[in-house]
Amino acid sequence: MRPLIEVRGLRKDYRRGGEVLHAVDGIDLTLLPGESVGVIGESGSGKSTLARCITGLERPTSGSVFFQDADVTGLSDRALRWFRREVQPVFQDPLTALNPRWTVRRLIAEPLKIHGERDVERRVDEVLRDVGLAKELMTRRPRDLSGGERQRVAIARAIVLRPSVLVLDEPTASVDMSIRRALLALLKRLQSEHRLTYLYISHDIRTVGETCRRTIVMYRGRLAEEGPTTAVLNSPGHVYTQTLISAVPRIGRASARPDRLRARPVSSQQLPDTGCLFAHRCPRALPECAADPPVVEITPGHRAACLLARRASRPP
Amino acid sequence: MSGLEIVGLHVSIGDRDVVRAVDLHVKPGTCVGLVGASGSGKSLTALASLGLLPRAARVTAGRILLGGDETVTPGRDRSAEVRGSGIAMIFQSPRAALNPVLRAGHQVERVLRRNGQRDDLTRRCVELLGATGLPEPDKIARLYPHELSGGMCQRVMIAMGIASEPEVLIADEPTTALDVTVQAEILDLLDDLRSRTGMGMLLISHDMSIVAERCESISVMRQGEIVESGTSWAVLNSPRHPFTTELVRDVTYRPGIESSPAPSSSAGPADGPARKDGR
Repeated sequence: MRPLIEVRGLRKDYRRGGEVLHAVDGIDLTLLPGESVGVIGESGSGKSTLARCITGLERPTSGSVFFQDADVTGLSDRALRWFRREVQPVFQDPLTALNPRWTVRRLIAEPLKIHGERDVERRVDEVLRDVGLAKELMTRRPRDLSGGERQRVAIARAIVLRPSVLVLDEPTASVDMSIRRALLALLKRLQSEHRLTYLYISHDIRTVGETCRRTIVMYRGRLAEEGPTTAVLNSPGHVYTQTLISAVPRIGRASARPDRLRARPVSSQQLPDTGCLFAHRCPRALPECAADPPVVEITPGHRAACLLARRASRPP
Repeated sequence: MSGLEIVGLHVSIGDRDVVRAVDLHVKPGTCVGLVGASGSGKSLTALASLGLLPRAARVTAGRILLGGDETVTPGRDRSAEVRGSGIAMIFQSPRAALNPVLRAGHQVERVLRRNGQRDDLTRRCVELLGATGLPEPDKIARLYPHELSGGMCQRVMIAMGIASEPEVLIADEPTTALDVTVQAEILDLLDDLRSRTGMGMLLISHDMSIVAERCESISVMRQGEIVESGTSWAVLNSPRHPFTTELVRDVTYRPGIESSPAPSSSAGPADGPARKDGR
């Protein structure tokens, strides 16, 4: 199948004073039509920067983003217009993502107006129904909505132009469990009804595990591991993925104390930026980890950039 | 009887009862979990115990005892006397709970001073920050909240919470804003402090799995009432209330459930890992 989105060698640096921060440090990624790919990692791992580069909100330092084989990196805002119709972002906190002074109707109609659509009223009605919001909410403002309703408005705004890809950056982080469940069910339904493709970014491993077919694990801007979600979450190859997963609280686990990471230094300046970037926190680091880690293919399509990956994946 | 006892607590906002007949007992050295959706009254119950209810809310019935002494009854609130020294609380978003214009160490010192300590404040403050596992606590004491990560801010909050060695610490969604790895570290820290100091802890969360892993007993709250309570084992393994069943189901770990090809959810690969984890 032809990929819908292809990311090649994507890098994004931020400069702060004399310091350079490699927020995204060489990421390759493909999204096939109709699939859901999860990106997990701690805050600061570059997940959101990756999302902003893919949606054209940030210009990558180097590397390219292709949409249906067309290179969209570095296009002007005007030239990006068609692409933005197709690839829409949904952000973590709808309260800051939505204009507080606009009504729900205006918020959802705005993308239609920008793209010169006709029949705006009818389309707004349709989309409201689609995301499960009552028509009476049309005249409300974001502050007068519940957290779940607000996120539904954000999703309505994202799908109103009938895009092919949604880039969801922590879409359920600001709501509690029962609302999270409802939002995930909504996303699942929209995906099958509208043949949407999802890039689902989250630090909530549980949600990614239930939503995505493939999962990518990022650490300090680099790809630590990727593969089918079942493989990555059930038999992680990278020590980082293992510690990440063992930190998820779990009902019925005999011991609450999995492997702990070593303490992080106070500032990021002291961190080495060669070899395995995770080595300084890794509970099982070896002297060899000072060199760049090999990318180990654990099973076809399941890869981990960790010296211990092969060994860890073998049954004892 | 000691620790924190909440007996038949009612809290009202206007003529609406938002907390109804809540009973909770946090014995010294134990951890009690309070679980429920947002708006179920968990935080109001906690705030009532500290005398920090919002102005519109008031205790209309029941009583709260700390170390056997009555601190809160309808119309009478002595909790200000025990706040800090008897009972303390840490909050969900540590960055918002800390004062942005004061250095971290200064905020810890203020708590110490308010509880009557005068000598060696700086040394004691660095000691407390160190006890929360912060690296280079003397350096961190001189930093402002915006210079610290979310996890570090929560550790500073915890240092303030334990500064006057309270009998009971209430942790209201202490890790909601944090990464799972940091969450595990913070919960470990609270466990350690509890076993070292013998303080009781009330852990409030909307996430059943957090509470399940850390607490001896669990109370489930819904629409202002406790609908189920018991030992963690009993609540998790034979939930009586359908709402509890839902909360448990929400957090049952089922990686790769999406990858099961068949639409039937009752069978397939999704069941395997869940059972393995639930041993």
